[in-house]
Amino acid sequence: MTMINFAHVAKRYPGGFDALRNINLNIDAGEMAFITGHSGAGKSTLLKLITAIERPSRGEATVNGKNLLRLPRRRIPYFRRDIGIIFQDHKLLFDRTVYDNVALPLIVTGADQKEIPRRVRAALEMVGLLDKERMYPVTLSGGEQQRVGIARAVVNKPPLLLADEPTGNLDSALSDEILDLFLGFHHHGVTVLIATHDWHLIDRARQRIIELKQGELLRDTGQKK
Amino acid sequence: MIKNYFLRHAQVFFYSLGQLTRTPVATLLTMAVIGITLALPAGLYVAIDNIQRLARGWEDNGQISLFLKQDVSVAAAEKLSNKIRRTPGVAWVDYISREAALAEFKRLSGFGEALKALDSNPLPAVLIVHPSPAYANPDALQTLLKELRHYNEVDIAQLDLEWVRRLHAMLDLAQQSVFILAAGLGLAVLLIIGNTIRLAVLNRRDEIEITKLIGGTNAFIRRPFLYAGTLQGLLGAIFAWLLLALALLLLSTPIQNLASLYGSQFEAESLSFLATLALIGIGGLLGWLGSRLAVGRHLRAIEPR
Repeated sequence: MTMINFAHVAKRYPGGFDALRNINLNIDAGEMAFITGHSGAGKSTLLKLITAIERPSRGEATVNGKNLLRLPRRRIPYFRRDIGIIFQDHKLLFDRTVYDNVALPLIVTGADQKEIPRRVRAALEMVGLLDKERMYPVTLSGGEQQRVGIARAVVNKPPLLLADEPTGNLDSALSDEILDLFLGFHHHGVTVLIATHDWHLIDRARQRIIELKQGELLRDTGQKK
Repeated sequence: MIKNYFLRHAQVFFYSLGQLTRTPVATLLTMAVIGITLALPAGLYVAIDNIQRLARGWEDNGQISLFLKQDVSVAAAEKLSNKIRRTPGVAWVDYISREAALAEFKRLSGFGEALKALDSNPLPAVLIVHPSPAYANPDALQTLLKELRHYNEVDIAQLDLEWVRRLHAMLDLAQQSVFILAAGLGLAVLLIIGNTIRLAVLNRRDEIEITKLIGGTNAFIRRPFLYAGTLQGLLGAIFAWLLLALALLLLSTPIQNLASLYGSQFEAESLSFLATLALIGIGGLLGWLGSRLAVGRHLRAIEPR
């Protein structure tokens, strides 16, 4: 089953800058892949298209069964609920505890009140931060903050997980811990897509590599058998 | 599902209330500004309402004075008086003869001694026509006046109500002005609340962006701001009501003093129960509308990048 399918997708920003040109890409459900390339190669634009932050200028793009060109604006929130997004700068709410940060997607989707504590703790346990649920993000280290971000992304059990430079600010030992988490989700059947230029991470993971250069697909190692 | 829905709304309500109490000075200031803005038209409304109530009492006393010609005899005057008494709309008629008029004038004017110097009585006889309660309104009295003016014996027919009518016209004008003022100040409340909500939206820009990224609908993001705006409007209206009550409390003694000097039992009344509900309802509605307009405009501008 296909999770992401791009056919002849291009993205041109107002002013004439071509961020992506003629991208053809198919990622099946349950796959894990790295998107890499120099900054400005189009990694971020690709992620923005997949999360419906931007719309393609040309081509056909389908994510999780939804046609991105025909997705109405009011359906976008519901579309995003099936995607867990992890950011380089974590994007945590600093006036709320770790627990409240992780609970946010459940509250947003109107989950059953009685279910929330159990699911938040399950997500926190997965990233090893169960003992920090009452703390505020400022008191945590960079690696811990990133793990809170990961717990928030998976608490809804989305079928697709996107990460934008998840190890950007972390040393290699912490990066390895984060990578292990992603590999764990992949083994549980979640589709994982990581945009990074951290070759240490990519080499260690031994997964599919999609390399972009100046908005074009330079290399795709293809689906790992 | 429905229980969950109400539970979520209750949570947002208490969350918004909590946000307001977390910044007590700002909340109190906003509340005071809205309160004063709403108290102004509400206070004028109360003042006009009270004057109207007072004027309604005077209108009931509306009477028509018929000054008879000098050459009308006492017998003719009494005959006319009997005829008028049977006219529909007339309750009773007082006949004041020329002598009685002179005696009253001497007593009330203080010119008693000077009037003795006159060799003839210069005052006319007067018929005072009291309309029945059903005719005690300006239009019916005007019709009655026209009818009575046609009698040959009548020199001048005068409705002692002209000034009441003028007062009513003035009160109507004042009332219309209050509505226009209220509309203008209502717009001001809308802008005040819109502005505080605009600042709140901008302050929580990051939170809104993150909520959009994890699938929060616009309705979900709007909800706490709508509650905050509505709450501020309601609190402002309650503050306005308290200001009015305080003002009336301070004025009640002077008003009673003045009324007692006129031999009246008049007491100033505050807003009725319904008018109070209307004031608080309007406050809440303006708060909701102001925040709805502000959030709608600024939410569109905050999109994840």
